Amino acid sequence: MRRLLLALAICLVPLGGHALSPQEVLDDPALESRAREITRELRCVVCQSESIDDSNADIAKDLRLLVRERIVAGDTNPEVFDYVVARYGEFVLFRPPFSVANAPLWLAGPVLLLFGIALSVAFVRRRARETNGPRPGLSPDEQARLDRLMRE
Amino acid sequence: MIVELGHFAVILAFVVAIVQMTVPMIGAQRGWVDWMRVATPAASVQFLLTAIAFLALTWAFVTSDFSVRLVATNSHSAKPMLYKISGTWGNHEGSMLLWMLILTLFGAMVAWWGTNLPPALKARVLSVQASIAVAFFAFILWTSNPFTRLDFPPIDGADLNPLLQDPGLAFHPPFLYLGYVGLSMAYSFAIAALIEGRVDAAWARWVRPWTLLAWVFLTIGIALGSFWAYYELGWGGWWFWDPVENVSFMPWLLSAALLHSAIVVEKRDALKSWTILLAILAFSFSLIGAFVVRSGIITSVHAFATDPERGLYLLWMLAVFIGGSLTLYAWRAPALRTTAVFSTVSRESGLVMNNLLLVVATLVVFFGTMWPLLAEILTGRKVSVGPPFFDLAFTPFMVVLAMILPVFSTLPWKRGDLERSMQPLWGVLALSVALGALVWALQTGASMLAPVGIALAAWLVLGAAAEVAGRIRLARAPLSESARRAWNLPRADWGKAIGHAGLGVTFFGIACITAWQTEDIRVVQIGQTFAKGGYDLRLDDVSRTEGPNYTAETAQLTVLRDGTEIGALFPEKRFYPVQRMGTTEAAIDRKLSRDLYITLGDAQESGGWAIRTYVKPFANWIWIGAMIMALGGVVSLTDRRYRVGAPARREAAGSAVPAE
Repeated sequence: MRRLLLALAICLVPLGGHALSPQEVLDDPALESRAREITRELRCVVCQSESIDDSNADIAKDLRLLVRERIVAGDTNPEVFDYVVARYGEFVLFRPPFSVANAPLWLAGPVLLLFGIALSVAFVRRRARETNGPRPGLSPDEQARLDRLMRE
Repeated sequence: MIVELGHFAVILAFVVAIVQMTVPMIGAQRGWVDWMRVATPAASVQFLLTAIAFLALTWAFVTSDFSVRLVATNSHSAKPMLYKISGTWGNHEGSMLLWMLILTLFGAMVAWWGTNLPPALKARVLSVQASIAVAFFAFILWTSNPFTRLDFPPIDGADLNPLLQDPGLAFHPPFLYLGYVGLSMAYSFAIAALIEGRVDAAWARWVRPWTLLAWVFLTIGIALGSFWAYYELGWGGWWFWDPVENVSFMPWLLSAALLHSAIVVEKRDALKSWTILLAILAFSFSLIGAFVVRSGIITSVHAFATDPERGLYLLWMLAVFIGGSLTLYAWRAPALRTTAVFSTVSRESGLVMNNLLLVVATLVVFFGTMWPLLAEILTGRKVSVGPPFFDLAFTPFMVVLAMILPVFSTLPWKRGDLERSMQPLWGVLALSVALGALVWALQTGASMLAPVGIALAAWLVLGAAAEVAGRIRLARAPLSESARRAWNLPRADWGKAIGHAGLGVTFFGIACITAWQTEDIRVVQIGQTFAKGGYDLRLDDVSRTEGPNYTAETAQLTVLRDGTEIGALFPEKRFYPVQRMGTTEAAIDRKLSRDLYITLGDAQESGGWAIRTYVKPFANWIWIGAMIMALGGVVSLTDRRYRVGAPARREAAGSAVPAE
């Protein structure tokens, strides 16, 4: 969508063709599907938030080939990620690893949820307990107006 | 001359906005009615002037006046007329003017139709609305003037980014802006209420239609954008969790929460201060979106404005509007007391849960979007947060939301009985689970995504249907009785059922496409046939074609099923010489049950062409569901009680509508 507006990102080589070309595809479908799984989680380093699986940039192509090389060489998925991270840094991972440094990112959701649950429970229970207090007064004029609106 | 008139109109509109910001507010504080009354004509004039400016800029684009800097850098004489017009807002300055056109339109709508508002509230609302306009007009005049002339006009322009040369540009941004800016109404009402120090059912009734309207537009705008990206970007993704997408999604989530909490204020006089906070936050996130898109802080290479001066101005604006409103909130909100009482099992507590889930989900998206920036500032590390994170961190909230939605939406207000409310739903629940189990048994992979997603979708759709069926006593009363009840069921209740069912439809599309999409990449020789997803595809020809401002290589593929031709597809690769840029135009055979999506790749040295084929099951249901959600909103808007309109109009229309 608005990503289209990002289109001027350097990734767009003239004559946008395919990201993944038929020559790159591995013969073994099981290995190929693992390769796709991995390349979808790796960021193209010169692009705007595009995975190397989607990118047409040359460097993305090199990285795709590298991933496939490692898979053919017998690496497991985590080993491939480690290999790539060792060379390009954590920046290429679209899913930051669970680590102390990334703890705020991963814990934000659960912590906020627990906090929110605590607040809501307190609120709902207070509502359930409290008896009907005195209502802040409306002027007779306003009350009439409100009644009229409610009737409509 | 016309361009200068446009420029002058913006300056005048700025001045009028300053008057509208100050005079009615002073009048409202002092109780001077004639000062308050200034707001109404000022809002109309402001809109009129902005419309003149916008038309002047459109005129410059339509006539290809390259002495205007903006036209020279963003248009071209050979560009088709549709894109000359829509190109007016296909750039930073022009889109800001569109933003203003919509902002002033909303203000004018309150001025025209808000005759049932108490004069002081109306004056304050329009005054707050004008303060937003003042800030943005200043932004336009001092940092992003669309009317700047060039001393030496070029012979022709630099053209519009080819990816934007699409009918999508004509509709996507206007709808999105109608949504973003529409939320400014909720904001203005919230600030006015804080200044007055009171929020009541009547206030909620006035503010809800505006929020609903904004939410409808935002839903349509986001769906259009997703649909556009799907066919234009060439690999058929429909959501990328891109920062720019996320900033449009967050206001949507928050406005959805606001819609629901405003119901509680209206019906039960509870959640008042929370609703005010949500109204402030929803528009604040719209502003944050504008800042993120236009400052280039997160996406450093971006078509729109990477000017630090603009970014700094917008940052100040954020600080003033968000900081100011939250300060006012902290000061005045404690005075807003909730008087209503409800039990733990009630519609109210269900809506509290809805709000909790939507707001925390929004914050997760916000945190994920901002984390790369935060991590770099705090620790100097460069990290990325992309789709795999959001899929994992965001989806659970939506799953829980879908699980509780049908149950709590049937619970009565105040005090509910879970067992009684579940009674008509047990059948629905069993059916949904059975459907999920069936899907699980039928599919080859062991992935739980499709079974769970489809069960949830069925639960939402059938749950909404069961609720309506219960309300109209379908099959428990004579059909004529049910029909009468259906006719008399408030439109708001119809809207609620339609909207919730639409969410289910979208869930279904997302689950199916995510779980079952297949693709195929291969080299195909001319004349060769290959099989994909039960179809045979024959590449007949690849030829050079010429468009108005591009050249293209167009492939012709025949689609065969069991040997008989059922259609032809023409995927294209275009080259736009002015911008020296290529685009991929996918060819899509659309059906309700699947999309056959083909893109053309490069010519191969060995002869033949690279062809990429996808089968995307139930892809269209994603956007159809969004449109159903928007339809639900529209139906709800036509409810007599929520109609955006003056009492006079309502009375006139009332005679034609049968009494409830």
